[in-house]
Amino acid sequence: MKLTLKVWRQKNKEAKGEFKTYQADHVSTDMSFLEMLDVLNTSLIKKGEDPIHFDHDCREGICGMCSLYINGHPHGPLQTTTCQLHMRTFKDGETITIEPWRAGAFPVIKDLVVDRTAFDRIQQAGGYVSVNTGGVPDANVIPIPKKVADEAFDAAACIGCGACVAACKNASAMLFVSAKVSQFALLPQGHAERKERVEKMVAQMDAEGFGSCTNTKACEAECPKGISVTNIARMNREYLSAMFTNYKVEVGGGGD
Amino acid sequence: MFCKSLTSIFGSHQKFPNNMKWVIDLFTSSLGRKLIMALTGLFLISFLVIHCTINAMIFYNDNGETFSHWGHFMGTNPIIRTLEIGLVAGFLFHIVQGLMLVKSNSAARPVSYSVAAPPPQSTWYSRSMGLLGTLLLLFLIMHTAHFWIPNRANQFAHGEELPLYSKMQDVFSNPLIVVLYVAGCVSLFWHLLHGFASAFQTLGLNHQKYNGLISFVGTAFSIVVPLIFALMPIAIYLKWIN
Ligand code: HEM
Ligand code: SF4
Ligand code: FES
Repeated sequence: MKLTLKVWRQKNKEAKGEFKTYQADHVSTDMSFLEMLDVLNTSLIKKGEDPIHFDHDCREGICGMCSLYINGHPHGPLQTTTCQLHMRTFKDGETITIEPWRAGAFPVIKDLVVDRTAFDRIQQAGGYVSVNTGGVPDANVIPIPKKVADEAFDAAACIGCGACVAACKNASAMLFVSAKVSQFALLPQGHAERKERVEKMVAQMDAEGFGSCTNTKACEAECPKGISVTNIARMNREYLSAMFTNYKVEVGGGGD
Repeated sequence: MFCKSLTSIFGSHQKFPNNMKWVIDLFTSSLGRKLIMALTGLFLISFLVIHCTINAMIFYNDNGETFSHWGHFMGTNPIIRTLEIGLVAGFLFHIVQGLMLVKSNSAARPVSYSVAAPPPQSTWYSRSMGLLGTLLLLFLIMHTAHFWIPNRANQFAHGEELPLYSKMQDVFSNPLIVVLYVAGCVSLFWHLLHGFASAFQTLGLNHQKYNGLISFVGTAFSIVVPLIFALMPIAIYLKWIN
């Protein structure tokens, strides 16, 4: 199939970018979207031009590294990752517009590559459970109902791709943050630090300059992992109860 | 600033301002600001119930007698008048916070997309709360200029309420005004169709067992209340009521 590609090209963070049009004439319907770009890049390199920069890693839908805003949708028209999107989704002769994720908190580094380290900083702020050293506990010592484990696992399926931010008209990161808050809040192992966790993660999310949720549900519809907005409600509950009830202890409880 | 001035009041102890910092953190956070939107939004919804019920008394078609009785009670009862201060504050908080959110949310995406195709699961009105709210604000300015402001001004100057029933007949004899009021009600319909359920989600009240109920009540409320409101200027203009 033949395609016309309108691709965002931008030299670096500071440069002013623009769309460039490319012709892709021998596209197989079995190619993935990234393979289609690989072939185009090979021809650009042969011509001595700068290839189109885009993010990718696993190419099997699990790492969250691929991005691309394709024809008005993050990861293209299907609810999947760009690496799992195939060219048969498009029509012969179609014009495809490819843009980077757009958000103040995700600045463009080059072409279609954006800096998503804001997500890493949110995770580092509280998206973990502290594990003390000691013997390995038995896996079945803590009883967890199957449905709770399933719910937590659904939240943990988030791959941190940022499509939710890209899709949201407010560039809000609440679907991502709520998934990370939920995967721990639901489980007994996460309970110990739940209040500090949600306070710190929300504070970091705000500091990064993401917008705030207006419950438009565009994120849920575009998320390649089907993360539900019920997680956002859970995060709101977690946050409000933490803010209203959490307290600091100022003196040490004995010891040295 | 706020902390500093409190410190000067409470002296060197500093316990109080330190302990209260969380309040400032909460209400300047994205989630805290949304909490304000949801709480004030639900409060304004409760106001709409009362406002709509009392105004609907005109449909008794008894020359405004029942309406004037209750309207007079609302306009003069000291408890209601005190609550009115809360209502004005509620409106101001909702409007100022709403407009600030619209501003900071659009600043969160400094460069916009050249092609945008929002998914069908996301409704246009959920993405247009700022626009619908602004239309409501314009409506509110016109509406308070018609009734509330002149009435309170008259009470202040002469200690007497204006004859609101005849004022309504007067205002709604102009077809342009009737159209603008109906347009205001349409904006309210869309604002509530998203806002009602959205407020529950913001408060974290999302539960399999009750989501259906919330969205049913929200939809019913969004249709019924604006419809009753819209019928008032129409009924008066068409002289169904006289
Ligand atoms: C009687 C009048 C009004 C009622 C009953 C009302 C009710 C509501 C409710 C229930 C919400 C949902 C809150 C949430 O999602 O948590 C909302 C959101 C909103 N309202 Fe209003 N509102 C009214 C007037 C206004 C006015 C005059 C403005 C003017 C700017 C406004 C601007 C907004 C905005 C921007 C939002 C979206 C905020 C967000 O979701 O973060 N509203 N409103
Ligand atoms: S919530 Fe979904 S869209 Fe957002 S980062 Fe996680 S996987 Fe990606
Ligand atoms: S490249 Fe890993 S998810 Fe697409």
